[in-house]
Amino acid sequence: MNAPLLQAAATVGNPLVNIGIFAAFVVVTLVIVIRASKTSSSSADYYAGGRGFSGTQNGTAIAGDYLSAASFLGIVGAIALYGYDGFLYSIGFLVAWLVALLLVAELLRNTGRFTMADVLSFRLRQKPVRIAAAFGTMAVCLFYLLAQMAGAGGLVALLLNITDRTGQALVIIVVGVLMIVYVLIGGMKGTTYVQIIKAILLIAGAGIMTVWSLALFGFDFNGMLGAAVDLHPKGEAILEPGLQYGKDFTTRLDFVSLGLALVLGTAGLPHVLMRFYTVPTAKEARTSVVWAIVLIGAFYLFTLVLGTGAGALIGPERILAAPGGVNSAAPLLAFELGGSILLGLISAVAFATILAVVAGLAITAAASFAHDVYGSVIAKKPLTPQEEVRIGKITVVVIGVLAIVGGIAAQGQNVAFLVALAFAVAASANLPTILYSLFWRGFTTRGAVWSMYGGLISAIVLIIFSPVMSGAETSMIPGADFALFPLKNPGIVSIPLAFLLGWLGSVTSREAEDPDKQAEMEVRSLTGVGAEKPVQH
Amino acid sequence: MSSIEHAPPSPTAEQFRAAQRSEEFVELRRTHRSFAFPMTVAFFVWYLLFVIMGAFFPQVMAIRLWDNITLGLVLGLLQFVTTFAITFAYVRFSNRVLDPRATALRERLEREAVTGPETPEAAR
Repeated sequence: MNAPLLQAAATVGNPLVNIGIFAAFVVVTLVIVIRASKTSSSSADYYAGGRGFSGTQNGTAIAGDYLSAASFLGIVGAIALYGYDGFLYSIGFLVAWLVALLLVAELLRNTGRFTMADVLSFRLRQKPVRIAAAFGTMAVCLFYLLAQMAGAGGLVALLLNITDRTGQALVIIVVGVLMIVYVLIGGMKGTTYVQIIKAILLIAGAGIMTVWSLALFGFDFNGMLGAAVDLHPKGEAILEPGLQYGKDFTTRLDFVSLGLALVLGTAGLPHVLMRFYTVPTAKEARTSVVWAIVLIGAFYLFTLVLGTGAGALIGPERILAAPGGVNSAAPLLAFELGGSILLGLISAVAFATILAVVAGLAITAAASFAHDVYGSVIAKKPLTPQEEVRIGKITVVVIGVLAIVGGIAAQGQNVAFLVALAFAVAASANLPTILYSLFWRGFTTRGAVWSMYGGLISAIVLIIFSPVMSGAETSMIPGADFALFPLKNPGIVSIPLAFLLGWLGSVTSREAEDPDKQAEMEVRSLTGVGAEKPVQH
Repeated sequence: MSSIEHAPPSPTAEQFRAAQRSEEFVELRRTHRSFAFPMTVAFFVWYLLFVIMGAFFPQVMAIRLWDNITLGLVLGLLQFVTTFAITFAYVRFSNRVLDPRATALRERLEREAVTGPETPEAAR
């Protein structure tokens, strides 16, 4: 196959095949979502899927929630272009699950109801802690949502050959509207089914491509690496660290900072934490994480082969020349292997991926607003379950519109940093308080508030004054230079700072926290006494 | 799935305080932490070591073990292996050691919430 033909074909692919397969996914999932909604009535149904999913189902849904289009397209592309340095994402994203498994998942399931703030405010003063936790939740969801929506626009440029802004905006609107529909109708139950189906499609698709591309090299990964070395202008450098981050001391430190945010961010991602409430018991929460680790681990091993395969079969020059640049490595590889049918399948899976992830984010943000902010601050009284669901549904529409507007505004901007920022915020604003409130008796309201706001604000302020925003050619505002902070990843400063503030705020508190509540939380977290039960229908 | 239709009565604040002081609970908490904490420190240090080696000692990670296979690649794949190994070790430990104790304690507390304390210790 000659290169010009491939490029033309990959740009256009066969848009009808791509759209057809994606439309089939939408129809099938919509039918399932509508069926699932028939048994949804209470707020535990709407926000926690009735707590009736098995650990295996929930683990698959977690993989569907976690593996975003950025992991698939971005990591395959990064490994194809930068070799070893691209591999860090895969490892960090996987190892991070051990924090969730060993320290968070089961204890959280035993003490909370719907949101991360349930656990954080359990034994502290409700109002300030819930509001701070809601800010952390909203910030992570917003950054993540914007990244996915902008990614949807970019993906379209590549797959459907829609390069004008109006066409891309139209696709962002379609994704946003579908997200609103899924979450309004199906709630957590519908969202979970969408995520399960998407996870199976994505992992199976990546698995087939992995075996296929390995087969072309006689199942010799060493040979595949050799072919990638031959095609890469930097040659053997792709086998070694440093191609992306090895320039100087600052970029090396940036690499460590990114690694830190990846490994500590996952267990603080609110949409991941919320998934642990959809199972009946702590033991099922544990099974969920185990399944998630198996599926996510397998997937990231596939991305290593796919990235190397794209480097060996397509080569970095053709990847960078294609519309979509680094993100086009996986679709180009699909076309090289299986022509327009496989390309259509993989494109549809990538779209489904965006849709499932944004739906999970939307329901998390809605639960946080209805349950943590509206109930405790605006209404100033406990909401009835019906009100809690109604407020949540209104929030979903507002978030959907915001995501559409933000996604369109972010068109053409370099927003790849948003996913890394979401992880850095989760690791600094959320994780320290989660760990302190589960394991440290002396933790206080002041410590929680200091740690959450300190982590959130420091991560965002450091990003604003980093080369991401200004002072470099790749910045969002390349003309200006107010980059006082040299790193693109704030984690190495903001995460230790948030841990420090949590400790400092607690030891300087004059008022002690309620020891009864502390005893109740500790006993409940480890034994499951009084944990929320599944809904019976 | 559990078939409980009504939530069982919740223990009172005194019962939670007593349970927290009870020998069984102190032992359960110690057992959980004595597995989870060292394991967390171990995988975290091992992961950081991997990241820092790649960032600051790339020439070590670039050592060829065999043709195109570098030390860095093998250590990266070992990160996958240790993650899977720790996961299965924790599940085994939980099923064998933690779950029976947690269940016994939970059942006792749920009974006591209805009938009052059963052990002299909880009555204190």
